Amino acid sequence: MLGWIHELGWPINMRFNFHINTLMRWLAMAIVTLWLLMAIGAFFVGESANQIDLAKLMASGDAQRWLGYDELGRPLFERLLLGAQTSLFVALGVVTFSALIGITIGTYSGYVGGWIDRVIVKIIDVFLAFPGLLLAIGLAAVLGPGIENVIIALVVVGWVGYARLARAQVLSLRHREHIQAARALGVSQPVILRRHLLPLIAAPLGVEATFGFAGAVISEAGLSFLGLGVQPPDASWGNMIREGTRYLLVAPHLVIVPGVSLMLVVLAINILGDMARDKLDVKHQTKK
Amino acid sequence: MIGYLLRQLGSLLFVTWVVSSLVFLLIHLVPGDPVSVMLGDWASPADEQALRQQLGLDKPLWQQYVIYFSGLLQFDFGQSLFFQQPVSELLLERLPMTAYLAVMAMLIAVLIAFPLGMWAALRAGQWPDYTAMTVALVGVSIPNFWLGPMLILLFSISLAWLPVSGADQPWAWVLPALTLGTALAAILARMLRASLLEIFHEDYIRTAKAKGLNKTRVYGVHALRNALLPVVTIMGLQLGTLLGGAVITEVVFDWPGLGQLLVDSIQRRDYPVVQGCILIISVIYISVNALTELVYAWLDPRIRLAN
Repeated sequence: MLGWIHELGWPINMRFNFHINTLMRWLAMAIVTLWLLMAIGAFFVGESANQIDLAKLMASGDAQRWLGYDELGRPLFERLLLGAQTSLFVALGVVTFSALIGITIGTYSGYVGGWIDRVIVKIIDVFLAFPGLLLAIGLAAVLGPGIENVIIALVVVGWVGYARLARAQVLSLRHREHIQAARALGVSQPVILRRHLLPLIAAPLGVEATFGFAGAVISEAGLSFLGLGVQPPDASWGNMIREGTRYLLVAPHLVIVPGVSLMLVVLAINILGDMARDKLDVKHQTKK
Repeated sequence: MIGYLLRQLGSLLFVTWVVSSLVFLLIHLVPGDPVSVMLGDWASPADEQALRQQLGLDKPLWQQYVIYFSGLLQFDFGQSLFFQQPVSELLLERLPMTAYLAVMAMLIAVLIAFPLGMWAALRAGQWPDYTAMTVALVGVSIPNFWLGPMLILLFSISLAWLPVSGADQPWAWVLPALTLGTALAAILARMLRASLLEIFHEDYIRTAKAKGLNKTRVYGVHALRNALLPVVTIMGLQLGTLLGGAVITEVVFDWPGLGQLLVDSIQRRDYPVVQGCILIISVIYISVNALTELVYAWLDPRIRLAN
């Protein structure tokens, strides 16, 4: 969903004040760390997150729970933690599987070439021609809601980016001397791919994965918002916003709290991704 | 150019064929029996059999495929189970609304992105640049389904300037178009800034300055015109994304377009409509992208000669 971001130049490293840069990086890292802590914290929430308390229906914050309560009187803070866990779980699943599948297919395709490569390129082209979110919506619709199906749908959409990138990288590297030397020495193909090619292409793939993380977080929330992802009573920032919009007039905090969290996490990951990309981009650095 | 055109057309047809086959297979991905999923738990076996026959699911797969495809060629997407009317009628009814929203979103995006991008480029490395690009980064990170409610909260509820939802009132398009256009505005602003900055270093800009042309003319005419090419390409490619990405925005604002029809039909398990929506949005998306590439190839001969 956000794959195009890395194709555009982001000026953070160009001529800006160094202090602002450092500050941005620390802030972004702090937000991501907080997100991880929230996800871990969700393990200790227990039953209270689903405890319906009609006396506290949509109440705003009190001394005990300063984020307030939702439309069923459940404490918003606990729901927020569970939502953080959901988004982290989905993002980890989507990025891991997409990257594994995509990188395997892409490296292999680029390395062996020939008709296998041509067929795989065609498949990649078809997937890229499809609007990603729509494909995910369609898959989630037929597979039915649920966290596993969200991951499946997003992996089906997500692997292509890694495959294309890995293939392009391998194509530019496979005639390097050390690869030819390994081949001449009779090293087997999987070992060449894994030991001699993969380390060289790991950095750009890592950047792709960072943006993939942000994309997965936002897509999971989007699907859950549409009612196609994580279902209540399980919490997701997307379905919290979905439920909250009904009570926008009386309890705007139900939408603002998960929305701000979602935005900050996505923003922070994008900033880290941009910085990692700029670090890799030698051309960019020499211009400085 | 003719050869390039034919190759592009061939690839367009191929992708469309694959996409429509995938959409055909979609209904067979439903876990279990799609008919009982559609009708729910209380349907009688006779009803299930009737629906199975209506959808042609009792025939062998290859026959279903042939029927599906010959239907598609006549713009027949089957019958909606919920509305009891042809899917193609529903699609034609909703399509103009989605197209309208996408065009308005594009307009808003351009109106935001051009001043923002130019301001950032002209003051590169100074605070306006920094502010504009931070706004742009925030713009791409805000999810539609959160920005929409926030805009409603501000403009419809607090200020009461604009209608909350629907498409009946005169200014109802503003908030959905703004919601949909924000991310695009952010992308375009960044593109325009990057593109302008590159062109500022070109010799002809130095020449124009050396000739003593005033600033407005140098930047507004000489630089901007040349910086537009990549930006216009992105606009074309993003128009397809807008059409496809309108799903969430339409749901937020209850906008009667294709996206809303899609999500409603998913909830009603009205699979023929779901298939029709996905197919038509994909085909538009693919066609708009192909058209953009064609225009780009026409403008820039290096692209068509590279193949």
